[in-house]
Amino acid sequence: MNDNQHPTLTGAEILWATLAGEGTTTVFGYPGGAILPIYDALRKFPTIHHVLVRHEQGASHMADGYARASGRVGVCMATSGPGATNLVTGLATAMLDSIPVIAITGQVSSKVLGSDAFQEVDITGITLPITKHNFVVTRAEDVAPTVRLAFQIATNGRPGPVLVDITKDAQQGSATFDFEMSKPAAYRPHPMLRAESSAMRDAVALIQSAKKPVILAGHGVVDSGAEAEVIAFAEARQIPIASTLLGLGAIPSNHPLSLGMMGMHGESWVNTAIQEADLLLAFGMRFVDRVTGNLASYAPKAKKIHVEIDPSEINKNVRVDVSLIGDLKTVLQQLSPMLSKTNDASWVSEINMSKGTAAVRDIINLPDNGHLYAAHVIHDIWREAQAAGRLEQTIIVTDVGQHQMWEAQYFKHECSRSLVTSGGLGTMGFALPAAIGAKFACPEKDVWVIAGDGGFQMTAAELSTIVQERLAINIAVINNGFLGMVRQWQETFYDKNYSASPILSPDFVMLAAAHGIDAANVTTRPDVTPTVTKARTGGKPFLINFAVEKEDGVYPMIAPGAALHEMVRRPAKDPLLETAEDE
Amino acid sequence: MGLRRTLQASCFLTYGLTLSALPTNRSHTNHSPLTTSHSPLKTMLHTFIALVQDKPGVLTRVASLFRRLNINIVSLTVGESERADTSRMTIVCEAPDTAAHRIRASLYKLETTVEVDEVNRSEAVVRELCLIKVAASPTGPHGVHSRSQIFELVTVFRARVVDLAPESIMLEMTGSASKIEGLLQVLRESGYDVLEVSRTGRMAMRRGHHTTRVLRALGTLPQTPTLGSEDGADLLDLDPDALPEEESLPNQFKDHEA
Repeated sequence: MNDNQHPTLTGAEILWATLAGEGTTTVFGYPGGAILPIYDALRKFPTIHHVLVRHEQGASHMADGYARASGRVGVCMATSGPGATNLVTGLATAMLDSIPVIAITGQVSSKVLGSDAFQEVDITGITLPITKHNFVVTRAEDVAPTVRLAFQIATNGRPGPVLVDITKDAQQGSATFDFEMSKPAAYRPHPMLRAESSAMRDAVALIQSAKKPVILAGHGVVDSGAEAEVIAFAEARQIPIASTLLGLGAIPSNHPLSLGMMGMHGESWVNTAIQEADLLLAFGMRFVDRVTGNLASYAPKAKKIHVEIDPSEINKNVRVDVSLIGDLKTVLQQLSPMLSKTNDASWVSEINMSKGTAAVRDIINLPDNGHLYAAHVIHDIWREAQAAGRLEQTIIVTDVGQHQMWEAQYFKHECSRSLVTSGGLGTMGFALPAAIGAKFACPEKDVWVIAGDGGFQMTAAELSTIVQERLAINIAVINNGFLGMVRQWQETFYDKNYSASPILSPDFVMLAAAHGIDAANVTTRPDVTPTVTKARTGGKPFLINFAVEKEDGVYPMIAPGAALHEMVRRPAKDPLLETAEDE
Repeated sequence: MGLRRTLQASCFLTYGLTLSALPTNRSHTNHSPLTTSHSPLKTMLHTFIALVQDKPGVLTRVASLFRRLNINIVSLTVGESERADTSRMTIVCEAPDTAAHRIRASLYKLETTVEVDEVNRSEAVVRELCLIKVAASPTGPHGVHSRSQIFELVTVFRARVVDLAPESIMLEMTGSASKIEGLLQVLRESGYDVLEVSRTGRMAMRRGHHTTRVLRALGTLPQTPTLGSEDGADLLDLDPDALPEEESLPNQFKDHEA
């Protein structure tokens, strides 16, 4: 069957042909011994661009950032042994946030599998709990069906990462390639996915009788593409919407029903509304400890309806009254017509009243007193983009820590996929590589890295990748000389014992210069916006080192184990505020 | 015959009853991720039947799931099923009574899982196979009578002698876990030296001809309707669990031995 339609190819060629057939145009990877046949075949597939990373962890984060920014599958690649183990953190990050990522790893020849051959590691064993599924391929004829099945698994139901480990002999062997025949059988939906009509009726009854309902919008809103349905649903019943970190942007923050982020660093009125609510509608979120606080006192007055595509999330953390298991968009399309509309906005006005003076004490309204606050910097990046009319064309990729929470609080996202951040795993070092992935997914957009001085140094080697790939990515390093979130916890819970949290950094401007990247130091508020504009409009990578207040804290804050309404506000005797008033 | 019946009945009464309540009410010392409060939850035995793909690594995936949930597996049997390329597992585990839903849902999430069912004693036949090696030499405590006494027990418990050696006898017994425990207890209390015991762990099968679950697993019933499917609305009311009980679970046989 060696005709043009079904040529005989090597396993390595079949891999590229299958990836191309699945629509892959960019692969992030790093070559090595056990994957050399695949790299050798790459030149025959000019539609696929390979991005050479500096560390395989970067490759997995790039594939992740690519998927988050675009909704398409991100593909990364590494050799056996250390190459494969370096992917692990990125795969776990994608797993915890349900991101469709395919990882291809080379493996030693099937004849020596299990013999501790050079650079052999049991990567399918290692990644078993941090992938949605994984495969070992030992024959060339299995490459195409397995990779196609991997794409199907990664994207269907609740998305997630899939690893395909391909032995060297499978790469070198040959087989007939037939893309169509390699198509997997129809996806098996989770058998417990079912629309129980009685549950639908129960949900309708609860919603119709609720006086103080709140929608909890999670990442599932984005995954399901249900933004419009959620907004229409909320508008019809005048239901305010609180978002999880990964749900930010799905509901435009300027929408009158949008409350903002809930949880540990959520605004007071958001968490108070949840605690006061008589009905919670959890849409594609999983009641993680960061959003519930103490479970025993979580939303005590509220009935709970959980709309979720993964049945194993039902009653996992919070017991719910009604569960609607299915794709959020489809469920809402069925549920909405069963509901009557209401114009009663009294609950929404009550919440708006409770905002009260909280915003006045907000640090962004402080007068400029010569200090540079991270919140100012992030808010100014947002204002600059908004003033330039680029907000919908801006993707912010954050690292993990204080700056991540400030970003969530002070950058007002208005569209889905405009914030790329590691929520579930909280992976420091995520931002820079994930931004590279996001820029490849959306080359026309302005991509900003916002990272702390700690996390930035974890994967700073990828600056070279930015230069090699000529990517116009802007980098804001929020530099406070500390691992800020660790320091804040040590300040609050460990008696200011700053154990191992002060961190020395290189001169980031010189570091950028060493990579051939333009850079600037910013130490005062008036310099923020002009420098941000310069970076955004320069058409090439630009790094800004923001030397911000060293011992600033993220507020409000809920101590671990405390109830959701027991918020710690910025202390009235905050030395930062006193300085502000003194001046 | 009458005597034997009586003896048999009393044996089962004595040993079957005491042992049927075996490990059900132990509570975990570890804080399981499945517990949502700090008070230790009451645990119970759950029996799951999983049809899984017959491929390398599938057992690891199932076992790893229980490890991840910090649930102890009491027994796990794997073997061929009526379907080609499909293995059947019976997993008995000890978990909080609220955990069953999540375990089932998580088993289904494994890409290698074809079908999952949870059964309780009343709706399924549960069996275990056990090999027991008992010391039975003429110089033992029961002397030359030891073998005949063991043969008598074997008859009462409907076990079988499968090997005879000068110093020992090997018995084979199939039955519910409690009956196997019963035989072992009688042997020990009668002063016999039990040298070796090998148990397969429990296997379970729903009673009746074809339950809807089996039909679905065989692919002769439509998949359960999903909200995602195009015709989901039409199938909204087709919930197999909503069928009359006698239809979904034909239960014609009474458990004489329970």
